[in-house]
Amino acid sequence: MDNAIPATSLSHQSVTFAEGLPLDCGFHLAPVDVAYRTYGTLSPARDNAIVVCHALTGDQYVADPHPLTGKPGWWSRMVGPGLPIDTDRFFIICANVLGGCMGTTGPRSPRTLPDGTQEPWGTDFPPITIRDMVRAQKLLVGHLGITRLLAVVGGSMGGMQVLEWAATYPECVFAALPIATSPFHSAQNIAFNEVSRQAIFADPQWHGGRYWECGEIPARGLAVARMMAHITYLSEAALTRKFGRRVRHEPGKGGAGGPGALFGEMFEVESYLRHQGSTFVRRFDANSYLTITRAMDYFDLGAEHDGDMSHPFAGTRTRFCIVSFSSDWLFPTSQSRLLARALNRVAANVSFVEIESDKGHDAFLLDEPDFDRTIRGFLCGAAEHAGIA
Amino acid sequence: MRLDQRLIAGMIRPRTRVLDVGSGDGALLDYLFRNSGCDARGIEIDMKEVTRSVAHGLPVMHGDADHDLAHYPDNAFDYVVLQRTLQAVERPREVLRQMLRIGRYAIVSFPNFGHWRLRLQLLTRGRMPMTSVWSRPWYDTPNIHPCTILDFLTLCRDEGYGVQQWMAVDEDGERAPWRRSIRLANLFGEQALFLLRRKDGPRP
Repeated sequence: MDNAIPATSLSHQSVTFAEGLPLDCGFHLAPVDVAYRTYGTLSPARDNAIVVCHALTGDQYVADPHPLTGKPGWWSRMVGPGLPIDTDRFFIICANVLGGCMGTTGPRSPRTLPDGTQEPWGTDFPPITIRDMVRAQKLLVGHLGITRLLAVVGGSMGGMQVLEWAATYPECVFAALPIATSPFHSAQNIAFNEVSRQAIFADPQWHGGRYWECGEIPARGLAVARMMAHITYLSEAALTRKFGRRVRHEPGKGGAGGPGALFGEMFEVESYLRHQGSTFVRRFDANSYLTITRAMDYFDLGAEHDGDMSHPFAGTRTRFCIVSFSSDWLFPTSQSRLLARALNRVAANVSFVEIESDKGHDAFLLDEPDFDRTIRGFLCGAAEHAGIA
Repeated sequence: MRLDQRLIAGMIRPRTRVLDVGSGDGALLDYLFRNSGCDARGIEIDMKEVTRSVAHGLPVMHGDADHDLAHYPDNAFDYVVLQRTLQAVERPREVLRQMLRIGRYAIVSFPNFGHWRLRLQLLTRGRMPMTSVWSRPWYDTPNIHPCTILDFLTLCRDEGYGVQQWMAVDEDGERAPWRRSIRLANLFGEQALFLLRRKDGPRP
């Protein structure tokens, strides 16, 4: 359980903005580090840049091996030479979100106390919003000398960032691709996040959020949070196809007692979830999980406009392509349709596709040929309209 | 592109804003963007066609004439096009109203139920006509609101729409369009194509 230490000592490609960032909560966070990866080559005209926004537990390692797990990048099947988000044509930027734990300033980053000593922010890290995350990415994009992005692309919480990009910096976003997302976080999704957070709080190793002082991490709580969340990323059909009711026989494992005991044997789906939970705690910080899930909960495009979600997009010239998946019950098609209609109300240029899939919310990370064609076609069309050969 | 689509394209001025309701494979959208420099967008009910269109870089959203036009603001487009679909929508009169609310012009094509072959079949056989255009039996057809060219003209008059242009064409679009007597068109035209403009004065 001492895995938090190697994670913090990793070095990531990053840039420091000493002037920092004013946050929606009123706090001025400074300095701000933004860790990022880029792929492909920026054109001389600096007009072929695409920002990819990652989801809740993702990071900037889109298309190269993860430094902690060694696994391929989370969207390596989508981003690369000749792939739908083609690094031979486009310059791809992905930043770790504000509040994250892979190099961008977050709860695990050090702060200087009044007495001059340093300690991690922990639970004192200011509450952030999706728009704050986008502001940090805007600093990075400016630092790279780019004034207009060809596109901003992202799924789930990444899709929320796409929408905030288009709403906050409309002149900088030629095309926006929000995938498997929603114009606001629903009560059901806030509820799931709350269960995840309560699981972390209930862990004895949580220590009120100051777990680093004891050299511990609330691994059980964080693992339970991940297990529960992971169910919401799948569908009943996907779980049935992958595991069914198959039982795994492992003598001496699987909880209390041997054969004949209540938990003497383990369903494969249980074993899978435990594995998901245990690998997650090795790479993710509990306070980051709390900070980021809270940012998602606050997300509501209509909040500052009497519930009118179209208002932030009035007069927009951005080309939108909204993608949902038929079996996604966490960010269902109905919520994408609300978004499409909000954009219709301001006569925005909007494409809207529901991809037929039984893989649930996670479908945007998996092999879906129609989805790949949609992404590739929309980006090629956007490049053509933007005048990029 | 089909002949009737080429005729529709000919009605649309270059560099205008166009919404094609029922854009199908996106052929008209693609033509209008590449040849006329139009800002052309589509709505399509068949998800496979939507995916195919977006994969070709065309801006198409999943939706239908009955439920999705109401969300657009007034005057969002110069032209709103409805190809071969009016007879299959739930509320044709409301769809036309929406088209001429969000667009300055409406371009509508529909199969003419007044064609002589249909009249003859009903007269001689006493049963619902079946032709290559009206090819599905009555219990299975999506065409729940068939009308003749004269019926359509009456509706336009009642609603106060100005008919800017009209023509009759045959189903496969092989023969040239026909613009002579409307009574003869109602007898011999398999398909009708209308360019309508909004009535003057304040809208209800």
